[in-house]
Amino acid sequence: MIVSRGFRGRRRDGPSDRVPPGQYLTDDFPVLSAGPTPHTPLDEWTFTIHGVDEPKGWTWEELQALPRETVTVDIHCVTRWSKLDTVWEGVSVDTLLEEVEHDAAYALAFCDGGYTTNLPVEDLTGGKAWVAYSYGGEPLDPEHGGPARLLVPHLYFWKSAKWVRGLTLRDEDEPGFWETNGYHLRGDPWLEQRYWGD
Amino acid sequence: MRTLELEVPNWAGHRAGQHLDVRLTAEDGYQAERSYSIASAPGEGVAITVERLDDGEVSPYLVDEAREGDRVEVRGPIGGYFVWDGDDPQPVLLVGGGSGVVPLAAMARQRARVGSTAPMKLLVSSRTIEDLIYRDELDALAGNGFEVVHTLTRSQPPGWTGYSRRIDPGLLADVAWPAPESPRVYVCGSTRFVDAAADGLLQLGYDARWIRTERFGATG
Repeated sequence: MIVSRGFRGRRRDGPSDRVPPGQYLTDDFPVLSAGPTPHTPLDEWTFTIHGVDEPKGWTWEELQALPRETVTVDIHCVTRWSKLDTVWEGVSVDTLLEEVEHDAAYALAFCDGGYTTNLPVEDLTGGKAWVAYSYGGEPLDPEHGGPARLLVPHLYFWKSAKWVRGLTLRDEDEPGFWETNGYHLRGDPWLEQRYWGD
Repeated sequence: MRTLELEVPNWAGHRAGQHLDVRLTAEDGYQAERSYSIASAPGEGVAITVERLDDGEVSPYLVDEAREGDRVEVRGPIGGYFVWDGDDPQPVLLVGGGSGVVPLAAMARQRARVGSTAPMKLLVSSRTIEDLIYRDELDALAGNGFEVVHTLTRSQPPGWTGYSRRIDPGLLADVAWPAPESPRVYVCGSTRFVDAAADGLLQLGYDARWIRTERFGATG
């Protein structure tokens, strides 16, 4: 163990069963993104599932008409902040995937601005992932990914792709944006899967 | 703000714009870890410039406590997107707010180090002249196609000839390369700063794909 002389730390650790290793709690909601914030008008917005024989798409209004869920979850960013008890509203990815015939093992989420991120379908199903359009009871801010972002809280938050516009289902895993730029393919915060080689 | 030089055994080398993680361990094993942009150019050794955040955990230690010879754990380099290697001849626009200038300064140093002829402009926004980092060094790099433009947003010293306001579309129109030159753009700073700069550049006709951003939250 390499001890840094004189370091004590602030020790706002939080409950160890809710704050993964190497994370600290914040009350802020920091913003991270690789480019400008896109602003797609809602009447041009769609969410589409590709990579299936018959692609399925939803307009903004059609998405709003789907069953909505309100979830309270903890989120964990790879830059080491975690935020507890965040409240989101959106549509379960299970609800969307029920509308297509597929046996794919992986998905690549694609977004306005060109961002992509890859996920095993297993991480998107079983009540673990949502297309969220509301945060804290308010419509999701553009800087936080509005009008809609993926919400996959059990993985590092870069997997919860902002400005998401659809999923491409795939048989094989294809690294997305950060995953080709040094970040881990899966990103499980409890295993500290931050970077290549973790 | 303080620049620390880190002696890292077996450092694999880095690219201008990358960051590293610093982990501190207390005597009882408690640990805290944060990411910092690498300030030095590739091949120059490893240096970070740390802004002290009053409510931070790692930055107050690095700025106030750490002394020569102290040991920290370092992991890196990290990141393969917000980087500029110096082999691309396209004009480069660097826009930095406060300590957001750190990775951009590494790119300016890299340009000089490899003898790149890519035209490069660095627009630096600071609150006051005291907050302006690397001023003498960046001024020394100016010339040969590298230009530094400063704006001081809160107060200006007597005789100040730079800009005196926050970044806005008019200021960007003065400084930025014309859109037809398809410049490479790197913007680093707080979320509000990055959004103002990126939105302003889009208004000038810049393509969103040219603009790479790095935002830091007020934590650390």
